[in-house]
Amino acid sequence: MSLDLVTNPSQPQAKAAGLAPSGGKSWAGSILLWRLASIALFCGLWEIAGRIPINVAFPPFSDVVAAFGRLVADGSLPSAFLVTLQPLVIGIVVSAVVGVSVGVAMGLRKEFEWAGVPVFVVMQAAPMAALIPLITFVYGIGLTAKVLAVIMLALPVIALNGYKAVSNVSPSLRAMCRSFLGNSRQDIFKIVLPDASPMIFAGLRLGISAGFVGVVLAELLITPTGVGDLITYHRSVADYAEMYAVIATIIIFSAVVVSLLERAEIVLFRPEKRELSA
Amino acid sequence: MIAAVMTRPREVAPVAPEASVEVRDLCKVYPTGTEALRGINLTFPKGQFTSLLGPSGCGKTTLLKIIAGLVPATSGEVVVNGRTVTKPGPERAFVFQDFALMPWATVLRNAAFGLELRGVARSEREATAKHYIDQVGLAGFENRYPHELSGGMRQRVGLARALAVKADVLLLDEPFSAVDEQNRRKFQEDLLQLRQVENKTLIFVTHSIEEAVYLSDRIVLLSPRPGRVSDIIEPKISRERSPEDIRRDPEYLDIVEDIWRGLRNYAD
Repeated sequence: MSLDLVTNPSQPQAKAAGLAPSGGKSWAGSILLWRLASIALFCGLWEIAGRIPINVAFPPFSDVVAAFGRLVADGSLPSAFLVTLQPLVIGIVVSAVVGVSVGVAMGLRKEFEWAGVPVFVVMQAAPMAALIPLITFVYGIGLTAKVLAVIMLALPVIALNGYKAVSNVSPSLRAMCRSFLGNSRQDIFKIVLPDASPMIFAGLRLGISAGFVGVVLAELLITPTGVGDLITYHRSVADYAEMYAVIATIIIFSAVVVSLLERAEIVLFRPEKRELSA
Repeated sequence: MIAAVMTRPREVAPVAPEASVEVRDLCKVYPTGTEALRGINLTFPKGQFTSLLGPSGCGKTTLLKIIAGLVPATSGEVVVNGRTVTKPGPERAFVFQDFALMPWATVLRNAAFGLELRGVARSEREATAKHYIDQVGLAGFENRYPHELSGGMRQRVGLARALAVKADVLLLDEPFSAVDEQNRRKFQEDLLQLRQVENKTLIFVTHSIEEAVYLSDRIVLLSPRPGRVSDIIEPKISRERSPEDIRRDPEYLDIVEDIWRGLRNYAD
Protein backbone atom coordinates (compact mmCIF):
# COMPACT_ATOMS: atom_id res chain seq x y z
CA MET A 1 0.00 0.00 0.00
CA SER A 2 1.57 3.26 -1.02
CA LEU A 3 0.13 5.83 1.28
CA ASP A 4 2.14 8.94 1.84
CA LEU A 5 1.69 9.73 5.45
CA VAL A 6 2.40 13.25 6.46
CA THR A 7 3.78 13.63 9.91
CA ASN A 8 3.11 16.34 12.43
CA PRO A 9 -0.52 17.28 11.82
CA SER A 10 -0.48 20.22 14.19
CA GLN A 11 1.19 23.44 13.27
CA PRO A 12 1.73 26.39 15.56
CA GLN A 13 1.09 29.18 13.05
CA ALA A 14 -2.27 27.74 12.01
CA LYS A 15 -3.27 27.46 15.63
CA ALA A 16 -2.43 31.11 16.07
CA ALA A 17 -4.87 31.84 13.25
CA GLY A 18 -7.68 30.94 15.62
CA LEU A 19 -8.51 27.36 14.72
CA ALA A 20 -10.16 25.05 17.20
CA PRO A 21 -7.47 23.78 19.57
CA SER A 22 -6.86 20.07 19.49
CA GLY A 23 -7.49 17.90 22.55
CA GLY A 24 -5.14 19.05 25.28
CA LYS A 25 -3.26 16.97 27.84
CA SER A 26 -5.61 17.69 30.73
CA TRP A 27 -8.64 16.53 28.78
CA ALA A 28 -6.96 13.29 27.69
CA GLY A 29 -5.77 12.79 31.29
CA SER A 30 -9.25 13.10 32.76
CA ILE A 31 -10.65 10.60 30.23
CA LEU A 32 -8.05 8.08 31.39
CA LEU A 33 -8.97 8.82 35.00
CA TRP A 34 -12.66 8.19 34.34
CA ARG A 35 -11.89 4.91 32.61
CA LEU A 36 -9.75 3.74 35.51
CA ALA A 37 -12.48 4.78 37.95
CA SER A 38 -15.02 2.77 35.95
CA ILE A 39 -12.80 -0.32 36.07
CA ALA A 40 -12.19 0.15 39.80
CA LEU A 41 -15.94 0.43 40.42
CA PHE A 42 -16.58 -2.76 38.46
CA CYS A 43 -13.91 -4.69 40.40
CA GLY A 44 -15.26 -3.31 43.69
CA LEU A 45 -18.81 -4.46 42.90
CA TRP A 46 -17.43 -7.85 41.89
CA GLU A 47 -15.59 -8.12 45.20
CA ILE A 48 -18.72 -7.24 47.20
CA ALA A 49 -20.93 -9.62 45.19
CA GLY A 50 -18.39 -12.40 45.67
CA ARG A 51 -18.24 -11.81 49.42
CA ILE A 52 -22.00 -11.80 50.06
CA PRO A 53 -21.77 -14.44 48.33
CA ILE A 54 -24.43 -14.47 45.63
CA ASN A 55 -23.43 -17.98 44.54
CA VAL A 56 -20.88 -20.56 45.67
CA ALA A 57 -19.57 -20.65 42.14
CA PHE A 58 -18.97 -16.88 42.12
CA PRO A 59 -15.68 -16.05 43.85
CA PRO A 60 -14.74 -12.50 44.93
CA PHE A 61 -12.41 -10.47 42.73
CA SER A 62 -9.43 -10.82 45.09
CA ASP A 63 -9.62 -14.65 44.94
CA VAL A 64 -9.67 -14.50 41.14
CA VAL A 65 -6.58 -12.27 41.12
CA ALA A 66 -4.80 -14.71 43.44
CA ALA A 67 -5.84 -17.61 41.21
CA PHE A 68 -4.51 -15.71 38.21
CA GLY A 69 -1.17 -15.39 40.03
CA ARG A 70 -1.07 -19.15 40.68
CA LEU A 71 -1.94 -20.00 37.06
CA VAL A 72 0.78 -17.73 35.74
CA ALA A 73 3.29 -19.02 38.30
CA ASP A 74 2.78 -22.70 37.49
CA GLY A 75 2.91 -21.89 33.76
CA SER A 76 -0.45 -23.45 32.91
CA LEU A 77 -2.05 -20.20 31.73
CA PRO A 78 0.82 -19.08 29.45
CA SER A 79 1.09 -22.53 27.86
CA ALA A 80 -2.70 -22.72 27.39
CA PHE A 81 -2.58 -19.34 25.62
CA LEU A 82 0.17 -20.55 23.31
CA VAL A 83 -1.97 -23.54 22.31
CA THR A 84 -5.09 -21.42 21.80
CA LEU A 85 -3.33 -18.67 19.87
CA GLN A 86 -2.19 -21.04 17.13
CA PRO A 87 -5.60 -21.73 15.46
CA LEU A 88 -6.74 -18.24 16.39
CA VAL A 89 -3.91 -16.42 14.63
CA ILE A 90 -3.99 -18.67 11.55
CA GLY A 91 -7.78 -18.38 11.33
CA ILE A 92 -7.84 -14.63 11.77
CA VAL A 93 -5.04 -13.97 9.29
CA VAL A 94 -6.79 -16.12 6.68
CA SER A 95 -10.16 -14.47 7.41
CA ALA A 96 -8.67 -10.98 7.27
CA VAL A 97 -6.84 -11.49 3.97
CA VAL A 98 -9.65 -13.40 2.26
CA GLY A 99 -12.43 -11.39 3.86
CA VAL A 100 -11.04 -7.96 2.99
CA SER A 101 -10.11 -8.95 -0.57
CA VAL A 102 -13.46 -10.62 -1.25
CA GLY A 103 -15.33 -7.78 0.45
CA VAL A 104 -13.55 -5.11 -1.58
CA ALA A 105 -14.07 -7.11 -4.79
CA MET A 106 -17.78 -7.42 -4.03
CA GLY A 107 -18.00 -3.69 -3.44
CA LEU A 108 -16.22 -2.84 -6.68
CA ARG A 109 -17.68 -5.34 -9.14
CA LYS A 110 -21.33 -6.21 -9.70
CA GLU A 111 -20.63 -9.83 -10.66
CA PHE A 112 -18.77 -10.50 -7.40
CA GLU A 113 -21.52 -8.73 -5.51
CA TRP A 114 -24.21 -11.01 -6.93
CA ALA A 115 -22.14 -14.15 -6.46
CA GLY A 116 -20.76 -13.43 -3.00
CA VAL A 117 -23.07 -11.29 -0.90
CA PRO A 118 -25.94 -13.81 -0.45
CA VAL A 119 -23.48 -16.50 0.65
CA PHE A 120 -21.96 -14.28 3.33
CA VAL A 121 -25.33 -12.97 4.48
CA VAL A 122 -26.49 -16.56 5.04
CA MET A 123 -23.20 -17.44 6.74
CA GLN A 124 -23.49 -14.46 9.04
CA ALA A 125 -27.11 -15.16 9.92
CA ALA A 126 -26.61 -18.89 10.48
CA PRO A 127 -25.79 -20.12 14.00
CA MET A 128 -22.29 -21.25 13.08
CA ALA A 129 -21.69 -22.94 16.41
CA ALA A 130 -24.24 -25.53 15.32
CA LEU A 131 -21.99 -26.45 12.41
CA ILE A 132 -18.96 -27.15 14.58
CA PRO A 133 -19.89 -30.83 15.12
CA LEU A 134 -20.04 -31.14 11.33
CA ILE A 135 -16.50 -29.72 11.03
CA THR A 136 -15.34 -32.33 13.53
CA PHE A 137 -17.02 -35.02 11.47
CA VAL A 138 -15.18 -33.93 8.30
CA TYR A 139 -11.85 -32.61 9.57
CA GLY A 140 -11.39 -34.51 12.83
CA ILE A 141 -10.27 -32.91 16.05
CA GLY A 142 -6.95 -31.41 14.98
CA LEU A 143 -5.76 -27.92 14.20
CA THR A 144 -7.61 -27.75 10.84
CA ALA A 145 -10.98 -28.10 12.51
CA LYS A 146 -10.21 -25.36 15.01
CA VAL A 147 -8.88 -23.01 12.34
CA LEU A 148 -12.04 -23.63 10.35
CA ALA A 149 -14.18 -22.83 13.37
CA VAL A 150 -12.40 -19.48 13.70
CA ILE A 151 -12.76 -18.73 9.97
CA MET A 152 -16.44 -19.65 9.89
CA LEU A 153 -17.18 -17.11 12.58
CA ALA A 154 -14.76 -14.38 11.56
CA LEU A 155 -14.91 -14.39 7.77
CA PRO A 156 -18.55 -13.37 7.04
CA VAL A 157 -18.49 -10.25 9.17
CA ILE A 158 -15.13 -9.14 7.74
CA ALA A 159 -16.22 -9.74 4.14
CA LEU A 160 -19.61 -8.07 4.56
CA ASN A 161 -18.13 -5.03 6.27
CA GLY A 162 -15.54 -4.70 3.51
CA TYR A 163 -18.32 -4.89 0.95
CA LYS A 164 -20.45 -2.27 2.68
CA ALA A 165 -17.43 -0.06 3.23
CA VAL A 166 -16.53 -0.05 -0.45
CA SER A 167 -20.08 0.47 -1.68
CA ASN A 168 -20.33 3.48 0.63
CA VAL A 169 -17.17 5.20 -0.62
CA SER A 170 -17.95 8.81 -1.53
CA PRO A 171 -18.85 8.88 -5.26
CA SER A 172 -17.69 12.46 -5.40
CA LEU A 173 -14.17 11.50 -4.24
CA ARG A 174 -14.03 8.82 -6.91
CA ALA A 175 -15.23 11.31 -9.55
CA MET A 176 -12.53 13.68 -8.31
CA CYS A 177 -9.87 10.99 -8.75
CA ARG A 178 -11.15 10.26 -12.25
CA SER A 179 -11.33 13.92 -13.24
CA PHE A 180 -7.70 14.42 -12.19
CA LEU A 181 -6.76 11.48 -14.43
CA GLY A 182 -6.39 8.79 -11.77
CA ASN A 183 -6.30 5.24 -13.17
CA SER A 184 -8.28 2.42 -11.57
CA ARG A 185 -5.30 1.27 -9.49
CA GLN A 186 -4.92 4.75 -8.04
CA ASP A 187 -8.68 4.89 -7.56
CA ILE A 188 -8.57 1.75 -5.40
CA PHE A 189 -5.40 2.43 -3.42
CA LYS A 190 -5.58 6.19 -2.99
CA ILE A 191 -9.34 6.71 -2.66
CA VAL A 192 -11.40 3.57 -2.12
CA LEU A 193 -9.27 1.80 0.52
CA PRO A 194 -8.47 4.85 2.67
CA ASP A 195 -12.08 6.04 2.51
CA ALA A 196 -13.38 2.55 3.31
CA SER A 197 -10.79 1.85 5.99
CA PRO A 198 -12.88 2.84 9.06
CA MET A 199 -15.58 0.34 8.14
CA ILE A 200 -13.12 -2.32 6.99
CA PHE A 201 -11.38 -2.03 10.33
CA ALA A 202 -14.69 -2.13 12.17
CA GLY A 203 -15.27 -5.43 10.37
CA LEU A 204 -11.81 -6.66 11.35
CA ARG A 205 -12.47 -5.80 14.98
CA LEU A 206 -15.79 -7.65 14.92
CA GLY A 207 -14.08 -10.49 13.07
CA ILE A 208 -11.37 -10.79 15.68
CA SER A 209 -13.86 -10.92 18.53
CA ALA A 210 -15.87 -13.50 16.55
CA GLY A 211 -12.62 -15.42 16.05
CA PHE A 212 -12.08 -15.52 19.82
CA VAL A 213 -15.61 -16.89 20.19
CA GLY A 214 -14.82 -19.45 17.49
CA VAL A 215 -11.61 -20.67 19.05
CA VAL A 216 -13.04 -20.97 22.56
CA LEU A 217 -16.12 -22.76 21.19
CA ALA A 218 -13.86 -25.13 19.28
CA GLU A 219 -11.84 -25.84 22.40
CA LEU A 220 -14.97 -26.45 24.43
CA LEU A 221 -16.84 -28.46 21.79
CA ILE A 222 -14.21 -30.26 19.72
CA THR A 223 -11.36 -31.26 22.03
CA PRO A 224 -10.42 -29.59 25.26
CA THR A 225 -7.08 -27.92 24.65
CA GLY A 226 -5.56 -24.59 25.60
CA VAL A 227 -7.81 -22.03 27.23
CA GLY A 228 -10.94 -24.11 26.67
CA ASP A 229 -9.30 -27.01 28.47
CA LEU A 230 -8.31 -24.84 31.44
CA ILE A 231 -11.87 -23.53 31.75
CA THR A 232 -13.39 -27.01 31.51
CA TYR A 233 -10.89 -28.56 33.89
CA HIS A 234 -11.19 -25.95 36.65
CA ARG A 235 -14.95 -26.01 36.38
CA SER A 236 -15.00 -29.79 36.73
CA VAL A 237 -12.87 -29.71 39.89
CA ALA A 238 -14.81 -26.70 41.24
CA ASP A 239 -11.82 -24.31 41.24
CA TYR A 240 -14.12 -21.44 40.40
CA ALA A 241 -11.55 -18.73 41.10
CA GLU A 242 -9.18 -20.33 38.55
CA MET A 243 -12.01 -20.72 36.04
CA TYR A 244 -12.94 -17.04 36.34
CA ALA A 245 -9.28 -16.04 36.10
CA VAL A 246 -8.96 -17.86 32.77
CA ILE A 247 -12.24 -16.44 31.44
CA ALA A 248 -11.34 -12.90 32.51
CA THR A 249 -7.88 -13.21 30.98
CA ILE A 250 -9.19 -14.27 27.58
CA ILE A 251 -11.77 -11.45 27.64
CA ILE A 252 -9.15 -8.85 28.52
CA PHE A 253 -6.75 -10.26 25.94
CA SER A 254 -9.44 -10.03 23.27
CA ALA A 255 -10.31 -6.46 24.25
CA VAL A 256 -6.65 -5.41 24.17
CA VAL A 257 -6.10 -6.97 20.72
CA VAL A 258 -9.21 -5.25 19.37
CA SER A 259 -8.19 -1.83 20.71
CA LEU A 260 -4.62 -2.26 19.43
CA LEU A 261 -6.12 -2.83 16.01
CA GLU A 262 -8.04 0.43 16.33
CA ARG A 263 -4.75 2.21 17.10
CA ALA A 264 -3.10 0.56 14.12
CA GLU A 265 -5.87 1.79 11.83
CA ILE A 266 -5.50 5.38 12.97
CA VAL A 267 -1.72 5.30 12.58
CA LEU A 268 -1.84 3.68 9.15
CA PHE A 269 -4.85 5.24 7.48
CA ARG A 270 -6.29 8.09 9.46
CA PRO A 271 -3.62 10.61 10.38
CA GLU A 272 -6.32 13.27 10.82
CA LYS A 273 -7.74 11.38 13.81
CA ARG A 274 -4.43 11.00 15.58
CA GLU A 275 -4.81 14.17 17.62
CA LEU A 276 -8.38 13.40 18.58
CA SER A 277 -7.63 9.96 19.94
CA ALA A 278 -4.34 10.81 21.63
CA MET B 1 -31.27 48.37 -22.87
CA ILE B 2 -31.69 44.61 -22.68
CA ALA B 3 -31.17 44.12 -26.40
CA ALA B 4 -27.79 45.76 -26.19
CA VAL B 5 -26.39 43.03 -24.06
CA MET B 6 -28.28 40.03 -25.40
CA THR B 7 -27.58 37.90 -28.43
CA ARG B 8 -29.65 35.00 -29.59
CA PRO B 9 -27.78 31.71 -29.32
CA ARG B 10 -28.04 31.00 -33.04
CA GLU B 11 -26.28 34.23 -33.89
CA VAL B 12 -23.13 33.26 -32.01
CA ALA B 13 -20.27 33.22 -34.49
CA PRO B 14 -19.27 29.65 -35.36
CA VAL B 15 -15.91 28.25 -34.27
CA ALA B 16 -13.90 31.35 -33.70
CA PRO B 17 -10.21 30.42 -33.51
CA GLU B 18 -10.07 31.51 -29.92
CA ALA B 19 -12.76 28.99 -28.92
CA SER B 20 -11.43 26.92 -26.07
CA VAL B 21 -14.38 24.63 -25.49
CA GLU B 22 -17.12 23.91 -27.97
CA VAL B 23 -20.28 21.93 -27.41
CA ARG B 24 -22.05 20.65 -30.52
CA ASP B 25 -25.62 19.29 -30.68
CA LEU B 26 -25.27 17.82 -27.24
CA CYS B 27 -28.12 15.70 -25.89
CA LYS B 28 -28.33 13.74 -22.70
CA VAL B 29 -30.98 11.22 -21.81
CA TYR B 30 -30.47 9.29 -18.60
CA PRO B 31 -31.07 5.51 -18.58
CA THR B 32 -34.18 6.18 -16.50
CA GLY B 33 -35.61 8.05 -19.49
CA THR B 34 -35.18 11.55 -18.07
CA GLU B 35 -34.14 13.95 -20.80
CA ALA B 36 -31.62 16.28 -19.17
CA LEU B 37 -30.26 18.23 -22.14
CA ARG B 38 -31.51 18.77 -25.69
CA GLY B 39 -29.58 20.18 -28.62
CA ILE B 40 -27.00 22.26 -26.78
CA ASN B 41 -24.68 24.32 -29.01
CA LEU B 42 -22.25 26.57 -27.21
CA THR B 43 -18.79 28.02 -27.56
CA PHE B 44 -16.69 29.00 -24.60
CA PRO B 45 -14.08 31.50 -25.81
CA LYS B 46 -10.54 31.26 -24.52
CA GLY B 47 -9.82 33.28 -21.41
CA GLN B 48 -13.45 34.11 -20.76
CA PHE B 49 -15.54 33.54 -17.69
CA THR B 50 -18.81 31.91 -18.70
CA SER B 51 -21.58 31.07 -16.26
CA LEU B 52 -24.21 28.42 -16.80
CA LEU B 53 -27.27 29.76 -15.04
CA GLY B 54 -30.68 28.25 -14.62
CA PRO B 55 -33.19 26.83 -12.19
CA SER B 56 -32.53 23.49 -10.55
CA GLY B 57 -33.22 20.61 -12.88
CA CYS B 58 -32.11 22.48 -15.99
CA GLY B 59 -29.14 20.17 -16.46
CA LYS B 60 -26.41 22.76 -15.92
CA THR B 61 -24.34 20.48 -13.72
CA THR B 62 -24.91 17.60 -16.16
CA LEU B 63 -23.62 19.81 -18.97
CA LEU B 64 -20.54 20.71 -16.94
CA LYS B 65 -19.88 17.06 -16.10
CA ILE B 66 -20.19 16.09 -19.75
CA ILE B 67 -17.65 18.78 -20.64
CA ALA B 68 -15.44 17.39 -17.85
CA GLY B 69 -15.78 13.90 -19.31
CA LEU B 70 -17.25 12.55 -16.09
CA VAL B 71 -20.65 11.79 -17.61
CA PRO B 72 -21.06 10.42 -21.15
CA ALA B 73 -23.24 12.35 -23.61
CA THR B 74 -26.08 10.54 -25.37
CA SER B 75 -25.32 12.31 -28.63
CA GLY B 76 -23.33 15.27 -29.84
CA GLU B 77 -19.75 16.13 -29.01
CA VAL B 78 -17.51 18.26 -26.83
CA VAL B 79 -14.44 19.78 -28.48
CA VAL B 80 -11.64 21.11 -26.29
CA ASN B 81 -8.75 22.95 -27.96
CA GLY B 82 -9.77 21.48 -31.31
CA ARG B 83 -10.05 17.86 -30.16
CA THR B 84 -13.18 15.86 -29.40
CA VAL B 85 -13.12 14.58 -25.84
CA THR B 86 -15.12 11.89 -24.07
CA LYS B 87 -12.93 11.43 -20.98
CA PRO B 88 -11.26 13.70 -18.46
CA GLY B 89 -8.08 15.28 -19.78
CA PRO B 90 -5.10 17.30 -18.54
CA GLU B 91 -6.42 20.50 -20.15
CA ARG B 92 -9.51 20.54 -17.88
CA ALA B 93 -9.72 20.71 -14.09
CA PHE B 94 -12.84 20.39 -11.99
CA VAL B 95 -13.88 22.15 -8.79
CA PHE B 96 -16.53 20.18 -6.95
CA GLN B 97 -19.65 21.46 -5.25
CA ASP B 98 -18.98 19.33 -2.15
CA PHE B 99 -15.22 20.11 -2.29
CA ALA B 100 -14.32 16.39 -2.71
CA LEU B 101 -11.34 16.67 -0.39
CA MET B 102 -9.77 13.56 1.09
CA PRO B 103 -10.43 13.83 4.84
CA TRP B 104 -7.34 11.75 5.64
CA ALA B 105 -4.97 14.03 3.72
CA THR B 106 -3.55 17.40 4.67
CA VAL B 107 -4.31 20.58 2.75
CA LEU B 108 -0.93 20.22 1.06
CA ARG B 109 -1.51 16.65 -0.11
CA ASN B 110 -5.07 17.46 -1.21
CA ALA B 111 -3.88 20.43 -3.25
CA ALA B 112 -1.08 18.35 -4.76
CA PHE B 113 -3.29 15.34 -5.44
CA GLY B 114 -3.85 16.02 -9.15
CA LEU B 115 -0.07 16.10 -9.61
CA GLU B 116 0.39 13.04 -7.37
CA LEU B 117 -1.93 11.07 -9.67
CA ARG B 118 0.18 12.16 -12.63
CA GLY B 119 3.32 10.81 -10.99
CA VAL B 120 5.00 14.18 -10.38
CA ALA B 121 7.86 13.84 -7.87
CA ARG B 122 6.91 14.71 -4.31
CA SER B 123 9.13 17.76 -3.82
CA GLU B 124 8.07 19.23 -7.14
CA ARG B 125 4.35 18.70 -6.69
CA GLU B 126 4.45 20.04 -3.15
CA ALA B 127 6.26 23.17 -4.29
CA THR B 128 3.62 23.75 -6.98
CA ALA B 129 0.79 23.05 -4.55
CA LYS B 130 2.31 25.41 -1.98
CA HIS B 131 2.42 28.17 -4.56
CA TYR B 132 -1.29 27.80 -5.30
CA ILE B 133 -2.21 27.36 -1.63
CA ASP B 134 -0.57 30.77 -1.08
CA GLN B 135 -2.43 32.15 -4.07
CA VAL B 136 -5.85 31.14 -2.77
CA GLY B 137 -4.98 32.65 0.61
CA LEU B 138 -4.34 29.55 2.69
CA ALA B 139 -0.65 30.03 3.46
CA GLY B 140 0.13 28.52 6.86
CA PHE B 141 -2.61 25.89 6.62
CA GLU B 142 -0.61 23.36 4.58
CA ASN B 143 -0.52 20.77 7.33
CA ARG B 144 -4.09 21.13 8.54
CA TYR B 145 -6.77 18.57 7.72
CA PRO B 146 -10.02 19.43 5.92
CA HIS B 147 -12.17 18.92 9.04
CA GLU B 148 -10.21 21.72 10.70
CA LEU B 149 -11.19 24.23 7.99
CA SER B 150 -14.36 26.20 7.30
CA GLY B 151 -16.41 25.53 4.17
CA GLY B 152 -14.92 28.51 2.38
CA MET B 153 -11.38 27.43 3.20
CA ARG B 154 -12.10 23.88 2.04
CA GLN B 155 -13.29 25.14 -1.31
CA ARG B 156 -10.13 27.21 -1.57
CA VAL B 157 -8.22 23.95 -1.26
CA GLY B 158 -10.40 22.53 -4.05
CA LEU B 159 -9.54 25.56 -6.17
CA ALA B 160 -5.81 25.27 -5.39
CA ARG B 161 -5.92 21.60 -6.45
CA ALA B 162 -7.56 22.55 -9.74
CA LEU B 163 -5.06 25.38 -10.35
CA ALA B 164 -2.06 23.20 -9.49
CA VAL B 165 -2.53 20.92 -12.50
CA LYS B 166 -2.26 24.02 -14.74
CA ALA B 167 -5.22 23.17 -16.91
CA ASP B 168 -6.42 25.75 -19.48
CA VAL B 169 -10.05 25.20 -18.60
CA LEU B 170 -11.45 25.38 -15.08
CA LEU B 171 -14.84 23.80 -14.56
CA LEU B 172 -16.55 25.01 -11.39
CA ASP B 173 -19.69 23.21 -10.24
CA GLU B 174 -21.59 25.55 -7.89
CA PRO B 175 -18.38 26.00 -5.92
CA PHE B 176 -19.89 28.45 -3.44
CA SER B 177 -23.21 26.77 -2.75
CA ALA B 178 -21.90 25.09 0.42
CA VAL B 179 -20.07 28.23 1.58
CA ASP B 180 -21.68 30.77 3.91
CA GLU B 181 -22.61 34.21 2.62
CA GLN B 182 -19.70 36.31 3.97
CA ASN B 183 -17.12 33.84 2.80
CA ARG B 184 -18.88 33.48 -0.51
CA ARG B 185 -18.56 37.22 -1.24
CA LYS B 186 -14.92 37.30 -0.23
CA PHE B 187 -14.27 34.22 -2.32
CA GLN B 188 -16.00 35.75 -5.36
CA GLU B 189 -13.79 38.82 -5.09
CA ASP B 190 -10.71 36.65 -4.77
CA LEU B 191 -11.77 34.61 -7.76
CA LEU B 192 -12.01 37.79 -9.85
CA GLN B 193 -8.53 38.82 -8.71
CA LEU B 194 -7.19 35.38 -9.48
CA ARG B 195 -8.48 35.76 -13.03
CA GLN B 196 -6.10 38.66 -13.54
CA VAL B 197 -3.13 36.44 -12.65
CA GLU B 198 -4.14 33.15 -14.20
CA ASN B 199 -5.31 33.32 -17.78
CA LYS B 200 -7.89 30.53 -17.75
CA THR B 201 -11.11 29.71 -19.48
CA LEU B 202 -13.66 29.37 -16.71
CA ILE B 203 -16.98 27.59 -16.95
CA PHE B 204 -18.99 28.21 -13.84
CA VAL B 205 -22.27 26.61 -12.83
CA THR B 206 -24.45 28.58 -10.46
CA HIS B 207 -28.09 29.13 -9.57
CA SER B 208 -27.39 32.59 -8.17
CA ILE B 209 -28.20 35.38 -10.62
CA GLU B 210 -26.18 37.96 -8.69
CA GLU B 211 -23.17 35.69 -8.58
CA ALA B 212 -23.35 35.06 -12.32
CA VAL B 213 -23.68 38.75 -13.21
CA TYR B 214 -20.97 39.80 -10.77
CA LEU B 215 -18.42 37.29 -12.02
CA SER B 216 -19.07 36.50 -15.67
CA ASP B 217 -18.16 37.79 -19.09
CA ARG B 218 -20.97 35.72 -20.52
CA ILE B 219 -24.01 34.12 -18.94
CA VAL B 220 -25.68 31.16 -20.62
CA LEU B 221 -29.28 30.85 -19.47
CA LEU B 222 -30.66 27.35 -19.54
CA SER B 223 -34.32 26.44 -19.50
CA PRO B 224 -35.47 23.42 -17.50
CA ARG B 225 -36.56 19.88 -18.47
CA PRO B 226 -35.02 19.26 -20.90
CA GLY B 227 -32.23 21.81 -20.62
CA ARG B 228 -31.87 24.07 -23.64
CA VAL B 229 -29.99 27.31 -24.18
CA SER B 230 -32.63 30.00 -23.75
CA ASP B 231 -30.40 33.07 -23.83
CA ILE B 232 -26.81 34.28 -23.79
CA ILE B 233 -26.14 37.51 -21.95
CA GLU B 234 -22.91 39.46 -21.86
CA PRO B 235 -22.92 41.76 -18.87
CA LYS B 236 -20.51 44.52 -19.87
CA ILE B 237 -19.65 45.52 -16.36
CA SER B 238 -16.40 47.30 -15.74
CA ARG B 239 -14.55 45.42 -13.04
CA GLU B 240 -12.09 48.23 -12.40
CA ARG B 241 -14.17 49.51 -9.52
CA SER B 242 -14.48 48.21 -5.99
CA PRO B 243 -16.79 45.23 -5.39
CA GLU B 244 -19.19 47.48 -3.43
CA ASP B 245 -19.48 49.90 -6.35
CA ILE B 246 -20.13 47.08 -8.78
CA ARG B 247 -22.87 45.66 -6.58
CA ARG B 248 -24.53 49.12 -6.42
CA ASP B 249 -24.06 49.87 -10.11
CA PRO B 250 -27.48 50.44 -11.78
CA GLU B 251 -26.36 48.53 -14.84
CA TYR B 252 -25.46 45.51 -12.69
CA LEU B 253 -28.82 45.72 -10.93
CA ASP B 254 -30.67 46.06 -14.27
CA ILE B 255 -29.08 42.93 -15.68
CA VAL B 256 -29.89 40.99 -12.51
CA GLU B 257 -33.49 42.19 -12.81
CA ASP B 258 -33.72 41.28 -16.51
CA ILE B 259 -32.44 37.78 -15.92
CA TRP B 260 -34.82 37.35 -13.03
CA ARG B 261 -37.72 38.42 -15.25
CA GLY B 262 -36.66 35.80 -17.78
CA LEU B 263 -36.30 33.07 -15.21
CA ARG B 264 -39.39 33.74 -13.10
CA ASN B 265 -41.50 31.87 -15.66
CA TYR B 266 -39.67 28.74 -14.65
CA ALA B 267 -40.17 29.22 -10.93
CA ASP B 268 -42.47 26.61 -9.43
